[in-house]
Amino acid sequence: MRVPIIEMTGISKSFPGVIANEDITFKVYGGEIHALLGENGAGKSTLMSILAGLYQPDAGIIKVKGQTVKLRSPRHALGVGVGMIYQHLRLVDNFTVAENIALGVSGQGFFLNRVEIEAASQNLSDQFGMDINPRAKVNQLSLGEQQRVEILKMLYRGCDILILDEPTTVLTPRETRDLFKVLRLMAQQGKAIILITHKLNEVKAIADSITVLRRGRVVGSASNQDLTEQDLTRMMVDREIIPVKTDRHRKVREAVLEIKNLDVTGDQGHRAVQNASLTIERGEIMVIAGVAGNGQRELIEAIGGLRPIEAGQITLAAEDISALDVRARLRRGINMVPENRLGMGLVPNLSIMENGILRNYHNKDFYRGIFFDYKRMRDYVNKLVEKYNVQLADINHPVNYLSGGNLQKLLLAREISQAPQVLLASYPVRGLDIASAEAVFTILQEEREKGTAILLVLEDLEDVFRLADRIAVMFNGQINAVLDVEDTDVEEIGFLMLGMAGEKVNGAENQVN
Amino acid sequence: MVLRIRLIRREQESAVARMTVPVLSVLMALLFGGLFLFIYGAEAGETYIKMYQGALGTSYAFSETLVKAIPLMLAGLAVSLAFRMKLWNIGAEGQIYMGAFAASGIALSWGNQPAWFLITVMLLAGFLAGGLWGLITGVLRARWGVNETITTLLLNYVAILWVDSLVFGPWRDPQSLGFPLTPRFSMNAYLPTLGDSRVHIGLLIALLIAIIFYYLLNYTRWGYEIKVIGESHLAARYAGINVPRNIMLVMLISGGIAGIAGMIEVTGITHRLQSGISPGYGYTAIIVAWLGRLNPFAIIVVAFLMGALLVGGFAAQSSGIPFSIVLILQGLILFFLLAGEIFLKYRLKLSRRAAE
Repeated sequence: MRVPIIEMTGISKSFPGVIANEDITFKVYGGEIHALLGENGAGKSTLMSILAGLYQPDAGIIKVKGQTVKLRSPRHALGVGVGMIYQHLRLVDNFTVAENIALGVSGQGFFLNRVEIEAASQNLSDQFGMDINPRAKVNQLSLGEQQRVEILKMLYRGCDILILDEPTTVLTPRETRDLFKVLRLMAQQGKAIILITHKLNEVKAIADSITVLRRGRVVGSASNQDLTEQDLTRMMVDREIIPVKTDRHRKVREAVLEIKNLDVTGDQGHRAVQNASLTIERGEIMVIAGVAGNGQRELIEAIGGLRPIEAGQITLAAEDISALDVRARLRRGINMVPENRLGMGLVPNLSIMENGILRNYHNKDFYRGIFFDYKRMRDYVNKLVEKYNVQLADINHPVNYLSGGNLQKLLLAREISQAPQVLLASYPVRGLDIASAEAVFTILQEEREKGTAILLVLEDLEDVFRLADRIAVMFNGQINAVLDVEDTDVEEIGFLMLGMAGEKVNGAENQVN
Repeated sequence: MVLRIRLIRREQESAVARMTVPVLSVLMALLFGGLFLFIYGAEAGETYIKMYQGALGTSYAFSETLVKAIPLMLAGLAVSLAFRMKLWNIGAEGQIYMGAFAASGIALSWGNQPAWFLITVMLLAGFLAGGLWGLITGVLRARWGVNETITTLLLNYVAILWVDSLVFGPWRDPQSLGFPLTPRFSMNAYLPTLGDSRVHIGLLIALLIAIIFYYLLNYTRWGYEIKVIGESHLAARYAGINVPRNIMLVMLISGGIAGIAGMIEVTGITHRLQSGISPGYGYTAIIVAWLGRLNPFAIIVVAFLMGALLVGGFAAQSSGIPFSIVLILQGLILFFLLAGEIFLKYRLKLSRRAAE
């Protein structure tokens, strides 16, 4: 029988208050791509951080290439051939690729042997089909290319076991395909690849073997062809996903928010939104579908009043609001859940209570005279937190003590309880585990039933089709189609997102004037 | 066997550490300072006792400490307001000079006006002059994003030299025998003192401002806005807060209060404008604000202790210890206090491990 290149047995690790890993057994063979699947908080990252030498396990044995090892540090793990690539890339922006690769490699002289490193990097890049120029500056590379530089770094250090933590989160579909090609080549040449992820379709597409974790334990481990997506979902969440049935037939069609020929400038001074027109109606969910970075954020911010518009008009219930500031728009019922939750939507170091009133702190109810009435403020936020089931220990704790799902619930609760006419939300379920995402979906659907006009930016097509009444596709700053969800399918939207004209676009309902 | 020292993050700040760390820090500083005194050939214990007596030992010493502490309190409060918004106003020194300049201008030209009127007008003038000096930076920052650290610092030199140019030039007292000072103000422009000490009502002004700040920052809408802006401009804009306007407003008030510190110094202590009217109060204020963790009442206490250190230093100097050693001591105290902060967040763990 083949000897696994990695064999972890009986691994347990707990942190104050949580058991992250419990009696985990995990085997990976050379030449395979092994997906480690699980919801957020299932213990994937902890397990891999143990393997990468970042954490020491409380119990258990790790064998690398048949040898029992105690991995004391990431450097030590690298020494036995285990390298981890984190979601947040760790490159020096204004160094070249070769300089980044050389950084931190021991056994070099005082001066960098540029030629040698560049040649070695080039060889590795060619060997695995990465197409990276070692002399390019990192800040000139796309995120996908930067990720490949990280992989090169690990290969240069002689890693033959590579762990990638959610590598596709920042990638476009095309870059994802390229990455997978590289990974496949590496596996063919005998490297072992461990992919931490919670995306089922990717797992099915690339993995040879799959191990599923749930609440710190292994639920199952098998080869890819022996498991269906349904099996995997069941293993991950221990309860079947119940599709929410909603009545999508709107009784009255009444336009609430109208955007006409909008131009908006982005942070880099480029025209991020171009001549965009869109109408959102009472009681509908309009979803903007598109690859991230095609102007969705700028459009939402322009409607919320956070970004000036260069040309065009925004009207709310027949009133021109283009020139109004954030507060005035809030008063008229435009609420917003921004993409940047912690930093824009919520203030990290302020308490949960203080965050609960961030958008209506000027409300007279919170004051007695000119002074805050903390009791009433506390009651208000307590009610909010209770109603939307935000799990917390103490309302006076800083908000960044909350988990991702609870942060988002708090944010949504705050915006919704101000009785919006229009609710804008960017990537409301990004990074959330399945249970939290479900809660967010339910909240949004309830809000639609109340008659609020909802404009969502979503990235996952599955979510788009679950929630949307209508879909607006954004590409390159333009809205190139607005389609009823009944009249379209995943394939067409996928095409439109990549800037290709779909078959049905011309004939379908099209609001672009 | 090798003894390994590791820092372990505390789950939360320890209340015990919060009490003991500052005390231990000061003791460490005195210990190290003793080393310097020993090298210099002085008796450390004796020097410290002399300093203590000079700063707090008698009621006169106590009042002198207060006199030094008042401008530190005001300037410390002034910069703490800007710091709350993460606006690095290090220009309190210049704002003090501008406040002193404006108050002196009023005192010198309207000396025959009644005292209540004169003092009110000087207070306003001091506030406005310091405030406008701060506002220059505020406008530059709010409108064009110019780094406030640099502008406030550079404006300090302008203000100090401006006052110098006046006291060396047109405002110089003809009877001053060439010293860079203006004529003495009329008695109407003297800030009332408390009892027959040199402690003046500036102390009450400082305490009043501390109380106002406490309520303003913790209980009002504006205090909330400042807090949000300090944490994140993005979040502030999202909350509908006008960030540029608040930057300007805070720089105006911060500069204004520093300006009052300058006004009380000329009208309460020197009774004339002179070169070097502030021996760096504006810079010490930055330390005061930080050590007080931007809490208004803590700033009052810290300013008092800094005043004591200053006055104690003078006492030591009078017994033959060079003032530079006093400055070393001040530096050491600050060094240990700031370095000691790490033990509020971390604890030491010693472990033995067999040598490999």
